[in-house]
Amino acid sequence: MSAPLLQIKNLKVYYYVEAGAVKAVDNVSFDLDPGIKMGLVGESGSGKSTMALAMMRMIKPPGRIEDGQVILGGTDLVGLTVEQMRQTKLRKLAMIPQGAMNALNPVMRIDKQLIDGMLDHGVIMSKEERTARIAELLDMVDLAPKVAKMYPHELSGGMQQRVTVAQSISMEPDLIIADEPTSALDVVIQRQVMATLNRLQEQFGLSIVLIGHDMGLMAQSVDRLAVMYAGRMMEIGETRDMFREPLHPYTQLLIESLPVLENKGKFQGIPGITPSLLDPPSGCVFHTRCPKAWDLCSEKIPPFTEVQPGRWVACHLHTA
Amino acid sequence: MSTPLLELRNVTKIFGSKGNPTVALDDMTLALDENVPKIITVAGESGSGKTTMGMLLLGFYEPTWGQVLFRGRPLSKLKGADLFQFRREIQAVFQDPFAVYNPFYKVDNLLSIPIKNFKLAHSSSEARELMEGALERVGLRPEETLGRYPHQLSGGQRQRIAVARALLLKPKLLITDEPVSMVDASLRSTILKALRGLNQESGTPIFYITHDLTTAYHISDYIIILYRGSVMEAGNVDTIIRNPKHPYTQLLVSSIPWPDPDLAWGGGEEMIQSSQVAFQVITGCRFAPRCPYRMDICDTKPPSLFSLERDHAAACYLYRDNESVVREELASVFVEA
Repeated sequence: MSAPLLQIKNLKVYYYVEAGAVKAVDNVSFDLDPGIKMGLVGESGSGKSTMALAMMRMIKPPGRIEDGQVILGGTDLVGLTVEQMRQTKLRKLAMIPQGAMNALNPVMRIDKQLIDGMLDHGVIMSKEERTARIAELLDMVDLAPKVAKMYPHELSGGMQQRVTVAQSISMEPDLIIADEPTSALDVVIQRQVMATLNRLQEQFGLSIVLIGHDMGLMAQSVDRLAVMYAGRMMEIGETRDMFREPLHPYTQLLIESLPVLENKGKFQGIPGITPSLLDPPSGCVFHTRCPKAWDLCSEKIPPFTEVQPGRWVACHLHTA
Repeated sequence: MSTPLLELRNVTKIFGSKGNPTVALDDMTLALDENVPKIITVAGESGSGKTTMGMLLLGFYEPTWGQVLFRGRPLSKLKGADLFQFRREIQAVFQDPFAVYNPFYKVDNLLSIPIKNFKLAHSSSEARELMEGALERVGLRPEETLGRYPHQLSGGQRQRIAVARALLLKPKLLITDEPVSMVDASLRSTILKALRGLNQESGTPIFYITHDLTTAYHISDYIIILYRGSVMEAGNVDTIIRNPKHPYTQLLVSSIPWPDPDLAWGGGEEMIQSSQVAFQVITGCRFAPRCPYRMDICDTKPPSLFSLERDHAAACYLYRDNESVVREELASVFVEA
């Protein structure tokens, strides 16, 4: 068994607003092995995007990493200085943003944007080497060489998103964090972008954290699945196991609410609304909506426990 | 046959300049009847013309050629009482549950303004009752919703209020453009349930515009697949999702990410790779440049819709031996088989 590439330990990220501290990420821990694709799912406000920002050390005031560690390849990113972190980004971990159209500079040609990061990290290249590297990066994401001289507005959404994928792999990082990279794209284009990402993942043995709320996309593309709810981690396991036998009642309801081919016309949502993160429910955060809750659930926070090898769950049903 | 409620008659919509025109919708004819309480989906990728179709039906766009008719009269010529009737009978629910609200007003406004404008209530207590009733029908508790500002509610709640507003007016047709694409998966089913409920209880036809074939399959009776402004396939949604006939629909259906790890993405790889064809002038079938079954005939002129079954037709020369459906009768495939 190899050492995990990424270890998140007791991570807490709070946003300080007038009314108090919003516990966007509350005591989350998990490991990620090298070469594994993990999906991180949750509803809006579950803390999944805050997780991505915390891993990139991009939490801005009034938010703050309150406690915990993000250990990547043996280094705790939370303890790094701003300059050290800048050096780490792109080289060790990179992020693919949600909306490519907002991430690319509209007045800069694609070639310059592709190697801007490398130049900023002090990579010295001759003119020929630059041209060759740009061509290579475009080829990796199935874009034609002529794209180099184009501007972002001349590209379709899928092509733009591929440019951001090329940027993220330009310095061959170990970990890529992709925050809903295909949520703005159509099914066919989504499949193309995911195919590109999968190929690169295999080629370079990357680890990927894919953040999103589309369980269908997750079922089709990740090895492991992590489910967050109201700032806490509910369950982690192999994707297949999670779909076949979800242990946490929240995961069960989430999977039951999905439209599949067999149950046409059945619409089952999860009753109730997500709790306020300013004043989360006592005990288990899900107990207010959980059909299986009992006394203990409102009294004690269920510990996040490994119930089978590689399968973690935070629920009194499985740990009490 | 009675006059259809809302009708597109040979409608073409072109955007852009003369030198660089983009045909968003190409010679579309479709009649929507208030007496056929079905849910019809229009599906397609970005740029397929599906939103343009909705905008034309709502009167937000003027057709470049052709006519949009409301009860047999051109929409652009409606005035006074007729326009008022159109505004009341045709309702819409849009994609973005944030943009339809004015952040400075309480959400009550979205419900109270139509009550006032259309004089649905005689007293404020009656108005309140109407509002509460509409909210309850979409599964919201009035005491938790009324009196609040938009930012105090979740996206799902806001979108359900938008559906409640549409219910309030007892429309003859509801046009929804991607109503659940910005809402979390767990709330999607609640909104779809509210729409389906409106359709079944009040018999209101719904025109559902989406790029998401999964929700389309679950909510609708019939589906129209659009690609670059033209109809590729139309008919019964179950038939089309389970047994798509047009190569483009086959590609779309094989790319649906079903939430089941055992049901893998597959098929159509060759079409996936060739999607980067530049927007070029196409004289024949719009899909021909990407199609693996391309024949010489495909480049000559766009194929007409060929009938496959009573409630299923595809615009593809692979089926040219079948009888063709008259363009004017696209709606004829949406009849009970």
